[in-house]
Amino acid sequence: MTTQSAGAAATAGGTAVTETRGTTRVSPGLTERARKAKARLTSPWASAIAVIIAVLWTIPTVGLLVTSFRPELDIRRSGWWTVFGDAFAGEPVFSMRNYETALFESSTDLISFFVNSFVITLPAVVIPITIALLAAYGFAWIDFRGRDILFVAVFALQIIPIQITLIPLLRTYVQGGINGSYWTIWLSHSIFALPLAIFLLHNFMKDIPRSLVEAARVDGAGHVKIFFQVVMPLLTPAIAAFGIFQFLWVWNDLLVALVMGSPDTFPLTVRVAEMAGSRGGDWHVLSSGAFISMVVPLIVFLSLQRYFVRGLLAGSVKG
Amino acid sequence: MTIRISARRRTLAVAASGAALALSLTACADTGDGDGGTGDGGDDAAGFEIDCAPYEEFGDLDGTTVTVYTTIVDPEGATQQASYDPFEACTGVTIEYEASREMEAQLPVRVQAGNPPDIAILPQPGLLNTLVTQYDAVLPAPPQVEANVDEGWHESWKGYGTVDGTFYAAPLGSNVKSFVWYSPAAFEEGGYEVPETWDDLLALTQQIVDDTGGEIKPWCAGVESGDATGWPATDWIEDVVLRTAGVDVYDQWYKHEIPFNDPQIVEAFDAAGEILKNPDYVNGGLGGVDSIATTPWTDAGYPILDGNCYLHRAANFYQTQWPEGTTVAEDGDVFAFYLPAETTDEKPTLVAGEFIGAFNDRPEVQAFQTYLSSADWANAKAAATPNGGWVSANYGLDPELLATDFDKASAAVLADPATVARFDGSDLMPSEVGAGTFWAGMTEWFARDLSSQEVADQIENSWP
Amino acid sequence: MDWFIDAGDDPAHKFLLMLVAIALFVVVMGLILFLVDRPRNAPRWLVSLGFVGPALAMLAFGLLYPGLDTIKNSFYNRNGSEFIGLDNYATAFTESQFLIVLGNTALWVLVAPITATFLGLVYAVVVDKSRFEKFAKALVFLPMAISMVGASIIWKFVYEFKPAQGTVQQTGLLNQVIVWFGGEPIQFLLQRPLNNFLLMVVLIWIQTGFAMTLLSASIRAIPDDIVEAARLDGLSGFGMFWRITIPSIRPALVVVLTTIAMTTLKSFDIVRTMTAGRFNTSIVANEFYEQSFRQNNTGLGAALAVLLFVIVIPVIVYNVRQMRLAEEVR
Repeated sequence: MTTQSAGAAATAGGTAVTETRGTTRVSPGLTERARKAKARLTSPWASAIAVIIAVLWTIPTVGLLVTSFRPELDIRRSGWWTVFGDAFAGEPVFSMRNYETALFESSTDLISFFVNSFVITLPAVVIPITIALLAAYGFAWIDFRGRDILFVAVFALQIIPIQITLIPLLRTYVQGGINGSYWTIWLSHSIFALPLAIFLLHNFMKDIPRSLVEAARVDGAGHVKIFFQVVMPLLTPAIAAFGIFQFLWVWNDLLVALVMGSPDTFPLTVRVAEMAGSRGGDWHVLSSGAFISMVVPLIVFLSLQRYFVRGLLAGSVKG
Repeated sequence: MTIRISARRRTLAVAASGAALALSLTACADTGDGDGGTGDGGDDAAGFEIDCAPYEEFGDLDGTTVTVYTTIVDPEGATQQASYDPFEACTGVTIEYEASREMEAQLPVRVQAGNPPDIAILPQPGLLNTLVTQYDAVLPAPPQVEANVDEGWHESWKGYGTVDGTFYAAPLGSNVKSFVWYSPAAFEEGGYEVPETWDDLLALTQQIVDDTGGEIKPWCAGVESGDATGWPATDWIEDVVLRTAGVDVYDQWYKHEIPFNDPQIVEAFDAAGEILKNPDYVNGGLGGVDSIATTPWTDAGYPILDGNCYLHRAANFYQTQWPEGTTVAEDGDVFAFYLPAETTDEKPTLVAGEFIGAFNDRPEVQAFQTYLSSADWANAKAAATPNGGWVSANYGLDPELLATDFDKASAAVLADPATVARFDGSDLMPSEVGAGTFWAGMTEWFARDLSSQEVADQIENSWP
Repeated sequence: MDWFIDAGDDPAHKFLLMLVAIALFVVVMGLILFLVDRPRNAPRWLVSLGFVGPALAMLAFGLLYPGLDTIKNSFYNRNGSEFIGLDNYATAFTESQFLIVLGNTALWVLVAPITATFLGLVYAVVVDKSRFEKFAKALVFLPMAISMVGASIIWKFVYEFKPAQGTVQQTGLLNQVIVWFGGEPIQFLLQRPLNNFLLMVVLIWIQTGFAMTLLSASIRAIPDDIVEAARLDGLSGFGMFWRITIPSIRPALVVVLTTIAMTTLKSFDIVRTMTAGRFNTSIVANEFYEQSFRQNNTGLGAALAVLLFVIVIPVIVYNVRQMRLAEEVR
């Protein structure tokens, strides 16, 4: 099959959307699909591949989880997999020591780091996504001069390592007298997220069938109306998906927080990074710290996962 | 643990003053237990009194704030902060403490952005040098600080805080690097004596190999340290240069008055290699020679605890790296002896330390700088460090305040008249070398078995 | 005013400030959209400005200006006080290690994105609509929730080496497996050039979840009638995957590959945490970080950053061509 027919396939996908624009979730093809799915999974090769990848991907994390419950000396003396045998033999192999150290032995309460992480993350997810959505819509559906050049430029900005931007940005913030506040962290994260957000969302935005947008335009709708009434509902899953990514990146960010923040605004990652101790000797505490900071992203992911499983364009393209 | 103590202590101090008030009101009625609140375990800093007079000349500082930026994170951060309490009590200044392991990279960023802290505790003189020569950011030390340093420190220490003839940064704490860790019990069992000379040390090494039939590699070492991988090996080399080539050559070497690959230096590399690159001698419980390159330095001494290794050269601060529950004492699980020199008459000692750089000259900042450079601070810090792991080369430090026998031993080495202290050379070399090719070269020395000459040549070529 | 900037350490104040910020943002954006939509026949430039303007303004301030500044810096000495022409580039290229660094970077940018995308795609296809789909996807997505430094620490554990000596036990899983099969433990991070690939594994491990998520959604978007038609033509299994699935999700594949390639080029955390660039494992991003933030050599660091940009140009060109193609089809 050539590129052309691939394009044809994509176009065909477009037409399929218009036909089923009722955004009904239960489509007639669903039961048939389930049947097909069953057929597909009976392939032993597919199952084997799935299991192998899943196991390979999980083992390192499991290793760290087990490690985080082991006493310091055990960690350095034997592998984490030995605990299963030892525990079976009735030896005391688990300890909460690493978690106690991580949770309670700091001059600052861990809760306040959690609060900071939340306060930083929420706006740093909402703001860039909103702005990127508008921009992506502009690049995809408004014809203005220099559009393509600008879009390529925005896309190319992805490669700028954020490290080089830190000093110029911080200097501006200091001059503006807002350094060390949440504002600088929100603004910085929002800026850094934009190129990728625009690039990805533009990609989904393009997949919206032209006929839908044209129809709305014929009805006399302006761009703002089309954006809110036609585009946004279709993109909800894509927004949720990108929202999760952005959430993870901001939640896990250390660099921006460290440079732009202050002791009052430092998020959890800053605290976790310190757990290794001044000279790095306490890295076993990091294992528990890593899991403490992973809890929230995991909850977010699991609760929003249905969007991933459903597909990134709501209701559309469903057979 | 220390952190919780510090937090609790603050509340106790308040409680104690409340109690004192109550006591004075009811003084006639009851004179029973006067010292109600001061029994908190092992923490004397709250009760540590200093003379407030030196800070009066800075005027009324009450209510002002000084920001401090350091690499010293918890748990050491808590004792560091506790050592500021007497100053805060004297002056009413609030010290805002911020610590980060990324401080060395972040400080220049903040300086360039126009957002420096008031005071930075610089972990090595190289950073001071960069900040002064490149960004012109550090302020010269005020006269009070200079007077304190002249009085309390050997002039060489003042020299490390000086750039181009201007004195900027007073030393804070000191590390003693010329130590060999061992297990007293294992030594007793094998009938080994702590060696007095370099030759004794080599003989002991061979003795252990012979006694164990080559089963045990006597030495263990590791130089992995994240993005600073290689530094523990530079300390090794420096220590050996001090011993085989002498302090004069050492001084010429780090100042680049002789090339890095001078024959005497290459000789020192080879002398260190006699131990570190001898597959019969290393790497006890950790692998072959190349495993030195990948073993985290923090774990490198642990085989001593299992009996897989007998000797591990590391600084005094390795004391705090031992796993929880290890006793550091002459009759405990581990202890350390001075890395011997060629004869017993000389005691060249490799040292290092932190320095106090100031970016602001407000009176409260200068007052705090003065406090940090004083013997009072050194003693307050000693008193506030109940678990030990800290010493200072300040003459005014009262060794009795130090918490552990090992700290007292470290302080004794620093105070010994035979001791000729030399600062960690890699910290004094240009950062391209001292925090770049020297580290990388040492790592390759182990990992790829490069010859001493090759490594020294490579490093010499990279000298800016 | 102070209330808006400094929330101190009062959680309630912090949350309130956050809500105020979001509300403020909504009001401002609403106002902008209201203004461009208000005029009966708003000129197109005004409308475009309303949509694209805020993003462009932020990017110009936060990325473009520092980017240009970096290009300028790359022609200056270490603290920007003296113009030195192309010296930094000369230094970078004549560095003895530099060819290795460049070669490693090329290897990373080719291998990591392709492997991650391929594995993500395969996994998305094989678990698609299976009974355990949600669970299976969560497992592979999990590494996304871990920071790169955290992931590096995890994998350092996996590669850890302990000698076959006396009572010493292996602590690294990979070496333990080798020992179980009767082999000698290996110093993985010292094995050149294998160690480069071992470091890439960490990035692949993280990014596969990203690829899987986006590609799985694209696979969902393949219209059933196409699949059905192919089936009637007798396609199934691998044939279906190769002739229908891949061509249909081609645009998404390009997007995923590009995004991961960009991430790969920029990420230095893995190399720094695991080997610090020793043992011939350094990449340009790591050298950039080393020069800019360890050696404080702004000029040389800037030159290396510019180099990153040059390396990425082929990726950009390829994307532009793909966009053109898609445009024509549309």
